[in-house]
Amino acid sequence: MDFNFWDPFTWIGEWLLNLLVGWGLAETIALTLLRFAGAVVLALVLLLIGGVLFTWLDRKLSARIQDRLGPNRVGPFGLFQGIADTLKLLTKEDIIPAGADKIVFNLAPLLVTMSVVGIWAVVPFAPTLIGTDLNVGLLYIISVGSIGTLGIMMAGWASNNKFALLGAFRTVAQMVAYEVPMVVVLLVPTMFTGSMSVHAIVEGQSSLWYVALAPVAALIFLTTSIAELGRAPFDLLEAESELVAGFNTEYTGIKWGMFFASEFLHGLTISALTAAIFLGGWQGPGAEARPLLGFVYFMIKTMVVYFGVTLLRFSMPRVRIDQLLDLNWKFLTPLALAAVCVTAVAEKLALATNWSRLGVHIIANVGLLILTLGALWVRARMVRRRFETEQMRLAARSESAAD
Amino acid sequence: MTIAQIVFLVISATTLVASILVVTSRKMVHAALWLVLSLGGVAVLFVLLQASFLAVVQVVIYIGAIAILIIFAVMLTRRMMYDTGSPINRYWWAGALAAVLLFAGLVVMLGQIPSITTQASALPIPEGELLSLLGTALVDVNGYMLPFEVASVLLLAALIGSLVVARPMERKTEEGDKR
Repeated sequence: MDFNFWDPFTWIGEWLLNLLVGWGLAETIALTLLRFAGAVVLALVLLLIGGVLFTWLDRKLSARIQDRLGPNRVGPFGLFQGIADTLKLLTKEDIIPAGADKIVFNLAPLLVTMSVVGIWAVVPFAPTLIGTDLNVGLLYIISVGSIGTLGIMMAGWASNNKFALLGAFRTVAQMVAYEVPMVVVLLVPTMFTGSMSVHAIVEGQSSLWYVALAPVAALIFLTTSIAELGRAPFDLLEAESELVAGFNTEYTGIKWGMFFASEFLHGLTISALTAAIFLGGWQGPGAEARPLLGFVYFMIKTMVVYFGVTLLRFSMPRVRIDQLLDLNWKFLTPLALAAVCVTAVAEKLALATNWSRLGVHIIANVGLLILTLGALWVRARMVRRRFETEQMRLAARSESAAD
Repeated sequence: MTIAQIVFLVISATTLVASILVVTSRKMVHAALWLVLSLGGVAVLFVLLQASFLAVVQVVIYIGAIAILIIFAVMLTRRMMYDTGSPINRYWWAGALAAVLLFAGLVVMLGQIPSITTQASALPIPEGELLSLLGTALVDVNGYMLPFEVASVLLLAALIGSLVVARPMERKTEEGDKR
């Protein structure tokens, strides 16, 4: 196969396959080996980018928002700060606290990192660059994510530390809760495409991105993803002022580094997922014929979402645990269910009546938004009124007590 | 032996060992973690049977929800860090007997299927279609709609029932309200 500048991925794959078969390997074994190699390369590149480059980006952005300079000593613009930090983490002493459960303690960072890297197996970077096209891709993403929850729980328990355990409790309450609206809202792109495969979902957005058809669903997905990620405003699991550092209090050296890198990578992951599921993935002008261009589009979309998530992170205060759970169970979950129902009805209506699909969905979503805001307004008024009557009663009582 | 067979043997051995350790390990949290491993082994078995949907659902429901709930409950019990009492009580033989009987019954029942010794041929439908066939069969009037709806109603009843049970008692007096 000739080298095609616009599609280097297929070319590299076929070249390597031919090389291995030429060395005398059977084709199935060669394919299996190549899949393993691809997974290793993907994980290494992602962890390097996530751990080294994105730390730098994050610190620079936070510095800009907080009116500081950020890292600016190591390399141009402080670009090599991440490498210096990684070296520092690698050479630090590895401490296992007394009374810790050694095996579980060591297994936890592995599980957490694995769960984040595993999600990338189904992320379509370009039309010809995807780890594996599972037909249950969306469910796979959820299931792999839940293994990360398990890892955090193990880390908190095995540390033999109250604060770590409390952090783990919070994490699990948060992650299990926010998984519910996330799963529900993922039904919306599934309904549009008729498939749970991420690749099919991206292909289904060739004419119209799903964010235009279901803006409410996209917003709920992003919110729940940030909560799953455990970043501000949902960073209760490592609330420094309350829990020292949360579930990873007792971790040192590269094991702590693994938690850190996987958190950064998770931030990139949710951005990529939002870009793929709601923002059209690699779709763009000319991407179908030129996979490299699709890769660039995908990366740009991911970066835009990541930038938004980071801005949110540094400009929002942390919510309280009761607010967090209230937001999920009393607001996001019913809204997600309503969004699914409304979308289903609108989709069928558009099919049956030959109206514009976009128009029907936009009207449905705006109606949903108005209803939600109305319900919020009524509730806010009720809460305020109850609070005022309570205040008045208290004031009256203290007055009578003073007499 | 093919690679699939080797993987099958390794995974089933892991699952079995893990499930034995679930009932014999001395720490409650360890037992729960072994349970996670054995459930994960079952998920891999589903993958080997090319039932990717069931495999993923197994991980989502059993590992992601049930096992985490169990670990959560165990962690909330007191003294869970050093709960090392013996897990075996004096009725262990009854449990073992029940397990052996169940296993023997399963073996006898499976042995009576005539095609058990021959290798099953793949289903004549592409793998991607299996899932949608399953979905349509569940809501098809001629398919499994009635059991599906009955199960849904049952689950809904259980959901409402759990809410009723978990609700705090109605507080009648003003003093009760203050606490």
